[in-house]
Amino acid sequence: MLDQHRDYVLRTVEERGVRLVRLWFTDVLGNLKSFAISPAELENALEDGMTFDGSSIDGFSRIQEADVLAIPDPDTFELIPWSEPGAAEARVFCDIHHLDGSPFDGDPRQVLRRHVRAAHDEGYTFYLAPDVEFFYFEQPGPGERPQPLDEGGFFDLTTNDAAGDLRKQTIRKLEQMSIPVEYSFHEDAPSQQEIDLRHTDALTMADSVMTFRLVVKEVAASQGVHATFMPKPLEGVQGSGMHLHMSLFRGDENAFYDGDDPHQLSPVAKSFMAGLLRHAAEITAVTNQTVNSYKRLVPGFEAPVHISWARNNRSGLIRVPIAKKANPIATRIEYRSPDAVCNPYLAFSVLLAAGMKGIHEGYELPEEAEDNLFEMDEAALRKLGITQLPQSLSDALRTMEESELVREALGEHIFEWFLRNKRREWWAYKEHVSQFEIDRYLRSM
Amino acid sequence: MSGDGVIAVFTHDVAPELARTLDLGGYAWKGVSSVDEASEAEPADGWSGAIVEIDDDSEPAWAFCRSLRQHDDGSTRIMLLVPGGRLGELELRDDLYDDFCLSPFHPSELEARLRHLMWASGSAPVLRADLVEYGELVLNLETYQATIAKRPLDLTYMEYELLKFLAQNPGKVFTREILLSRVWGYEYYGGARTVDVHIRRLRAKLGEEYAGLIATVRSVGYRFGQSRWGS
Repeated sequence: MLDQHRDYVLRTVEERGVRLVRLWFTDVLGNLKSFAISPAELENALEDGMTFDGSSIDGFSRIQEADVLAIPDPDTFELIPWSEPGAAEARVFCDIHHLDGSPFDGDPRQVLRRHVRAAHDEGYTFYLAPDVEFFYFEQPGPGERPQPLDEGGFFDLTTNDAAGDLRKQTIRKLEQMSIPVEYSFHEDAPSQQEIDLRHTDALTMADSVMTFRLVVKEVAASQGVHATFMPKPLEGVQGSGMHLHMSLFRGDENAFYDGDDPHQLSPVAKSFMAGLLRHAAEITAVTNQTVNSYKRLVPGFEAPVHISWARNNRSGLIRVPIAKKANPIATRIEYRSPDAVCNPYLAFSVLLAAGMKGIHEGYELPEEAEDNLFEMDEAALRKLGITQLPQSLSDALRTMEESELVREALGEHIFEWFLRNKRREWWAYKEHVSQFEIDRYLRSM
Repeated sequence: MSGDGVIAVFTHDVAPELARTLDLGGYAWKGVSSVDEASEAEPADGWSGAIVEIDDDSEPAWAFCRSLRQHDDGSTRIMLLVPGGRLGELELRDDLYDDFCLSPFHPSELEARLRHLMWASGSAPVLRADLVEYGELVLNLETYQATIAKRPLDLTYMEYELLKFLAQNPGKVFTREILLSRVWGYEYYGGARTVDVHIRRLRAKLGEEYAGLIATVRSVGYRFGQSRWGS
C-alpha cells in the first residue's frame, strides 16, 4: 500500500474528529458485515490488518483455520453521512486475507478482484451500471403482509408520492458517499422505486451496491419506513430486479462499439453476449440466489424467462439499448435477470467469467429474437433454439453444480459452500406447506 | 552534504559508472529497486537525497518519487537520470523532482549537479506551498483537507488527488489519459473511464453552485476554472 493513501486516511480521521472507523466486508451470501475500531487502532489496521475469527461468518473459515485478517482498502475510506453530529464515523472496505497474507478464498471481494485483474491483464476494464428496484412498505410486524405506502404508478408525480422525499434524501446521501445517480423514479407497482447508478468499474460498483442497499434501508428506517429488495414481495405486480448494463473498455475506447456494424456491436461484444447466453443457466443461482427470486422470473411482468437477446424486446434476457446519437461510449448490453439480493461481487464475477469465456472461445452470437417470446409456444421456441432460465432455485443449483465455469469462477471453497447452503434453503422451502396448498386442496380433497 | 546521511539510488541495477561517481564524490548510498525495498532500507532519519533512474518501466520510479514527496516534508532532494527519449515524461511532474541529468550521463556533470543539489538542501530553506486556493476552493496540502466556501468536502483519496492536480493547473485542458497517468500514476485497474467517474463524483460533492469549476471540454477532456482566454 502506498504511504500517501495511509497518510490521507490518518490525517482525515484526525482533522475531521472521526470517533469510530467501521471496517466493512461481505459474506458469501452478500450480507454486509462490519466491525468498528477506534482511530487509535487504525494505523495498525492499515499496516497489518485486523485479525478476527472467520468461523463466526457464514461461508468463511472452517473451524480449524478460524482466524483471518481484514486489511482495509484505503481507496474506499469515506465519512459516513448519517453519523451523529459531533461523533463522526467513517467506513472502509476490507479485503480478507489468511494470516500468511495470501488472499482468503472465502472472500467475495477477493474473487472479484481476481477476475478484474485477469481482464485487466488482457487490456479490458469491465464497467457496470445497475438499475436497482425496491419497495417501500410500512414497517411490517413478524408474519405480516407487506403494506405499500401509496398506490402510485410508473413515473407518478403526485402528492401521495410520500416516497419521493425518501428517494430524494437517499440520492443526496448516495452522492455524498461517491455513488453518482443517473435517474430515479417511481416504478410500475405500488410503492416501488427505481434508482439507476452511473457506470463505474466492477469492483467499485460492487462496493457501491453494498453501500447503496444500506443507504436505502437507513434512510427509510429513519422515517419509520421499511425498504426491501426482496425480488417478489407482492403477488400479481412486478417484482424488483437489478438490470445490469455492461461494457468492456480498452483504455479510453469502448470495446463493445463498432461503427461499421449494423447493430454497432463489435465482435468482442457479440462473443461476450454469446458467452453470457451460453452460460446463463449455469450462473443463475448466483445472480438469483433465493427461493423468492424465481417468482419474479415469470411471464407477464417485464422479467426475462427465456435465454435470448434483442435490441428492443424486453422479454429477452439481454437487451441492447440503442445508444443516443450513436455515442460510442454509451454502447452497452443490458443483462436483465439479476435481482438486488444477490452478492454483487460474486454476480459480477460469474458474469465477467461467462462473457470472457465467449471472447476466448470465439462463441457465435445466436440470432436476435425480435418477437414477443411470451406469446410463443414450446415448439416454436424449440425451433428457434431458445431455452428457458432455471425455473426454481433447485433447478438453478442443479445446473450450477455441473458447471466448470462457475466452479472455477467462484473457487472451490465458495462454490461448495454456496451449493450446500442454498440446498438447505431449498429443502426448508420444500417442506413448507403453503397457503396456496391449503386453499386449493384442504376442502376439496 | 557528503559524509552526512544516505542517498537512495532507485534503479534495477546500479551501473558501475554510477557507483564510481557516487563513491568518488564521497556519498554514502544504497541501491534500491522497489518502493517496498526502499521503505525497508530507509535510515531512521530518512534519505538525505535520491537518485532515480527513469527507464522503460518508469511507473515504480515515479511512485517512489511520489512517496518521497509525500512522506516527509518534501525536503528530500530528488535527482532523475533520464534518457533523452523519455524527457516527455517530465512534463507535469515538476513537483516530483529537483533536478535531472540526461543518461547516459557524464560523470563530472552528474557530480557537479549532485553537489549543487545537496548544497541547496543543506542550507536553503525549503519552499513549499501548503495551500492551493482558487476562488472559494481551498486545499490544505499538509492536512489533506479541502473546503469550498468554508464547507469541508468529504473526499476519497483519489477524488482529493484529482481535485488537487486540477486546482494546481487551472485553465489548462487535460485529456483523460494525462489525468490518469499523472493522478493515478500507476496501472490502475479502473481504466481511463475512471477519470469520468471521479469527475462526476467531484462535481456532486462540490454541489450545484460550484460543479461548474470543472468544465468538460468536448472530445478532449476536462478543464478546471476559467480558461486562459476567458471563455
